Amino acid sequence: MSIELKMPALSPTMEEGTLAKWLVKEGDEVKSGDILAEIETDKATMEFEAVDEGVIGQILVAEGTEGVKVGTVIAVIAGEGDAAPAPVAAAPVAAPAEAAAPVAAARPVAAPRAADPAVPAGTNMKTSTVREALRDAMAEEMRRDGRVFVMGEEVAEYQGAYKVTQGLLEEFGPKRVIDTPITEYGFAGIGTGAAMGGLRPVVEFMTFNFAMQAIDHIINSAAKTNYMSGGQMRCPIVFRGPNGAASRVGAQHSQNYAPWYANVPGLVVIAPYDASDAKGLLKAAIRSEDPVVFLENELVYGRSFELPELDDHVLPIGKARIMREGRDVTIVSYSIGVGFALEAAEVLAGEGIEAEVLDLRTLRPLDREAVLTSLAKTNRLVIAEEGWPTCSIASEVMAICMEDGFDHLDAPVLRVCDEDVPLPYAANLEKAAIIDAARIVEAVRKVCYR
Amino acid sequence: MAKPATTRKTAAKPATSDENFALRSLQDAYEATPRYDASDEELLKLYEQMVLIRRFEEKAGQLYGLGLIGGFCHLYIGQEAVAVGLQSALVAGQDSVITGYRDHGHMLAYGIDPKLIMAELTGRAAGISRGKGGSMHMFSTEHKFYGGHGIVGAQVPLGAGLAFGHKYSEDGGLCMAYFGDGASNQGQVYEAFNMAALWNLPVIFVVENNGYAMGTAVKRGSAETQFYRRGTAFRIPGMHVNGMDVLEVRAAAEVAVKHVREGNGPVLMELQTYRYRGHSMSDPAKYRSREEVQEMREKHDPIDAAKAELARRGVSEDRIKEIDKQIRSIVNESADFAENSPEPNMPELYTDILVESY
Repeated sequence: MSIELKMPALSPTMEEGTLAKWLVKEGDEVKSGDILAEIETDKATMEFEAVDEGVIGQILVAEGTEGVKVGTVIAVIAGEGDAAPAPVAAAPVAAPAEAAAPVAAARPVAAPRAADPAVPAGTNMKTSTVREALRDAMAEEMRRDGRVFVMGEEVAEYQGAYKVTQGLLEEFGPKRVIDTPITEYGFAGIGTGAAMGGLRPVVEFMTFNFAMQAIDHIINSAAKTNYMSGGQMRCPIVFRGPNGAASRVGAQHSQNYAPWYANVPGLVVIAPYDASDAKGLLKAAIRSEDPVVFLENELVYGRSFELPELDDHVLPIGKARIMREGRDVTIVSYSIGVGFALEAAEVLAGEGIEAEVLDLRTLRPLDREAVLTSLAKTNRLVIAEEGWPTCSIASEVMAICMEDGFDHLDAPVLRVCDEDVPLPYAANLEKAAIIDAARIVEAVRKVCYR
Repeated sequence: MAKPATTRKTAAKPATSDENFALRSLQDAYEATPRYDASDEELLKLYEQMVLIRRFEEKAGQLYGLGLIGGFCHLYIGQEAVAVGLQSALVAGQDSVITGYRDHGHMLAYGIDPKLIMAELTGRAAGISRGKGGSMHMFSTEHKFYGGHGIVGAQVPLGAGLAFGHKYSEDGGLCMAYFGDGASNQGQVYEAFNMAALWNLPVIFVVENNGYAMGTAVKRGSAETQFYRRGTAFRIPGMHVNGMDVLEVRAAAEVAVKHVREGNGPVLMELQTYRYRGHSMSDPAKYRSREEVQEMREKHDPIDAAKAELARRGVSEDRIKEIDKQIRSIVNESADFAENSPEPNMPELYTDILVESY
């Protein structure tokens, strides 16, 4: 049997090359691994090795020929017991089925999201800090599912750098509440591997600033594996910890990573504001089959909110929440920004402007419908985000309004974000850099032409 | 020009001359019985698996040349004895395996269907990742093969995490985490070593030292080129193994697996091996001489060596030829399957991003 030697593609982008030199001639015996020819690509000169054994029957493309298309038959090897081969027409092989331009399939439309489950009448409400709510969420899920464990720096014996894991070691022991060394890249990878193997890790970052060391595992390992494996390999993990500016801790410890993670398909990104959402959404995150980035806020940990006393308080991921109803303007926010937005709405109400405050809660997948529904009602929209303005969640919400809400807009959408600077340390400068209610009020007045 | 890896004087019996190296008890155990006492049938099986990888990879190289495989494609030719020898000592369905992007060989050594692998290489719907992963991203949770990872070194903490899972679930399994001499210089490898040792995780870290991190010879990129010593700082015992002899590899694996299974924590194995082909298909191979490659192929080839040993044992040439023939037909079948399977349907673009809908 004779074997056709075809012009090889020697790099991912090569379409043609120069057959620089033949190192064999017709009649030469060759074996696997022998260098047959030198081929020049746009990048380099490469050696073309024999894979099969036999005798070079015919050389069909002379050395020095330029622009030889990949797939062109350049020579023929006669196999064992072959007579001299018949000439073979030099024809490029058929390219793999790429002739037809791919027809873009429509992206399936997500089913309408479930609303928050109704809290039964007569449910007792208790006051809880966000910190306690998060702790309770983890403890309840750990009681419910033996695969859930918590790992991170100082989560066990120290009781959590911000006391979010307080009491967990005592109840669940060191097997399930694990202090790690200060090695974010390493333990994020170990957590991700454990999730791939079937466990349900909750990985705490002391703050998300340190997760930059680990972001490769969050994105390349956790977020992409389900897709890359054709749905075979899941990664049910929660990466959680405080995010955003704290107080007077300087530029390296003060950053909102929500837009970074929300950019990545394959991740779920949640950033709750109050205790009820913190608890209900963290429980949902731990139960999710998907990798979740759960962004908390240090300045909110100690704030107290009303929380329904339910056996199993789980809230839907991907659903925004109207925190205050209004008809004149929508203020969209998330995390600590919601507090500023509510404060601003109070001030605005005194001026006769009824602002609707929408808490996104989940940033990916983002509840476009809730944004657009509120916009259709108020026709004016401001986004308040404790974070930089460039390529932000605010940018994304503005894009949604332009794409699908344009006809409802009576004024340009405005964003109120932190100043576009690394966060300064000096108290006055820091205050000037971070959003507050007054700036939101100002922006709302503008879109209301007041 | 860097010296070829195999001319290193230490290649055959590296650790014996180093009395100061404390964590060498496993090396001693290995050197006491440096070759696995395989029956003829066992050796035939190992031979068959190595030939399958060799022929499969040659075919993949051909298909790449024809434009049927795109992107990056890293072949395992020359290194077959490593995956075959090591994984033959594992318990399929119990022990997990994870590696980097040069992953075809490890999958074949774990009994994963060549058709599904080849169809993934050609990006077809029937591929093991439905055509969405490619050469570097293949997985089989059924076989406990966990990829298939493209970021150099990332598989090391992931492997420690899989081992964490074995320990947490008390399923008796261990994880074998492969990486290269190049990945050995990544910081996260040592973060993983530290935690694996600290938590006594059932993991075997395997450095496949093929002499070159892409085009950078070991000596040009590593201050400590004896990779098996790199666990010393974490009290992880090291082993240095000739990766060109499948029975030596197997013997070393037996020692390492026993140590880990008995609850003694991680082991670091360095397998001295060689890749005949370029780092990937687009490797101009200017960093090593043709003579060096030829020397390895002609004098140290693991498949030739196994074949010669079978002949010495009196296994008939016909039997070996029959295996070779069978493998060729399996590989050709996988190539036909891979070439003729349809590409993924367009709606696949949007599936498997998230498991749940929100």
